Amino acid sequence: MTALSANSGLRLALPSLSSLRGLAVGLLGITLLLALWWLGGWMIANDPDLSAFADFAPAPTFAALTQIVASGEVIDMSLPSLGRVGQGMMIAALLGIPVGIAIGRIGWLRELTNVPFQFLRMISPLSWMPLAVMVYSSWDSAIVFLIAVASIWPILFSTAAGVRRIDPAWLKVARNLGANPLSMLFVVILPAIAVDVLTGLRLALGVAWVVLVPAEYLGVTSGLGYSINDARDTLDYARLAAVVMVIGAIGFILDYAFMLAIKKFNWARDTAH
Amino acid sequence: MGWSLIPSRLVLDSINLEIKKGEVVALLGRSGCGKSTLLHMVSGLTLPSSGEVVINGNTVRGLSPRWVMMFQAPSLFPWMTVAQNAALGLRFVGRASDISARVPEMLALVDLAGFADRNAQDLSGGQQQRVALARSLAPDPELLLLDEPFSALDAFTRRSLQRDVRQIARRLGLTLVLVTHDVSEAVRMADRVLVLDANPGRIAEDTAIDLDDEQREGGCERFNAELVRLMAIYTAVAHGAPPETPSETFVSIAPKSQQA
Repeated sequence: MTALSANSGLRLALPSLSSLRGLAVGLLGITLLLALWWLGGWMIANDPDLSAFADFAPAPTFAALTQIVASGEVIDMSLPSLGRVGQGMMIAALLGIPVGIAIGRIGWLRELTNVPFQFLRMISPLSWMPLAVMVYSSWDSAIVFLIAVASIWPILFSTAAGVRRIDPAWLKVARNLGANPLSMLFVVILPAIAVDVLTGLRLALGVAWVVLVPAEYLGVTSGLGYSINDARDTLDYARLAAVVMVIGAIGFILDYAFMLAIKKFNWARDTAH
Repeated sequence: MGWSLIPSRLVLDSINLEIKKGEVVALLGRSGCGKSTLLHMVSGLTLPSSGEVVINGNTVRGLSPRWVMMFQAPSLFPWMTVAQNAALGLRFVGRASDISARVPEMLALVDLAGFADRNAQDLSGGQQQRVALARSLAPDPELLLLDEPFSALDAFTRRSLQRDVRQIARRLGLTLVLVTHDVSEAVRMADRVLVLDANPGRIAEDTAIDLDDEQREGGCERFNAELVRLMAIYTAVAHGAPPETPSETFVSIAPKSQQA
């Protein structure tokens, strides 16, 4: 008892120290990035061949960023993009998680699908674009399809790997205590693989967020990708750089949210008996 | 009753045994004698190739919450608290309304009342096995089957669990069948010991352990005498006598023809 409580006190003390250190290192990294950016902007501004692009520098960019944030434009351009990524990832999860569980549980299905799935996984999602444009009547649906195609593989493979790591004894115990297949799924399998599924979703988000911008270059008249293209066409490079900042910031926040969710659902202990 | 992996070779042969309600029976034998297979057949995890297992008048055709098995590893779910783990059996059989009353009672029974809200991973091996016991007992089974459940524990933890499990079983009127290769465990826990012979597995000896609870703690002459006697039987098992058939049948395992 005493050993345990002493241990938990130690556990409380350590993360606060390391998170403080993490924050400091993070701030240092961002400062370095800003310094490099400023240096690049200064070099561009002093090069007569490139001085037309001087608005890519930090000062004009932050001015444009303040402007699109203050006017609420940032919401208008982000929401359509977030909606497309959300829908695409939802479809990918609804297909990828059940198929991943099936592949993880059923040996012959895993062997059968291994080669075709690895083959499909290596095809850039963007190469489906012409096909998606032909098949779907709206640009929106085509983009959602591309994001789903990009997201499904990390979700599927991560889920399958999680299912394969499930301790067979957990399933034996559950069966022995009278679990039917449905409670086996919801009480044993899904909680056991929650972290793997979330890790898959986090990886999928990374790919989806990357695929989103080029996908939005085509056809649609809303979203972050469209805003970049639009800013380029009007030669408003400060605004272009500001949208790039928004893309980076939203991606970072979403990734961080997944990381927090993974932390919350992670039951594995370093100090497990 | 027989059971075989391949038709030509039986793992168990001519097993014919009856267990009374509330009896604590140990299946003692060397590794590979088929004692675990026999226990799995009683639980319904495996089915005999011929013959049948009958528990309290019901032929075993598969798993049931009325006869519960405990394994060597507690296999608690690490994402759950102690209380949630103990409640699993009730949850699976659709008795969620009983959880709030039954789980604290079971945790108290295994001396873990103060641990209900702790994560299962915070507990020691012995405590985890106690939670597994509470989990097995919560749905109120008629029969508890133990497959070498204490062999991964240290000597002191093992001894306290051997004592407590026997006492809990007696208090609840539970029938207990345990598989072991440890002669002293059989002496400490069982009212009756069945010594199994291998290839194919059969019951070579059926002997009663006549000790009271105090004597089972060990260190007395009666305990030592029983230990020596059982050890001698275990050693000489190949020449054992066929089992007797006691009355007041609770569990009976017999070939189909003899049941009719």
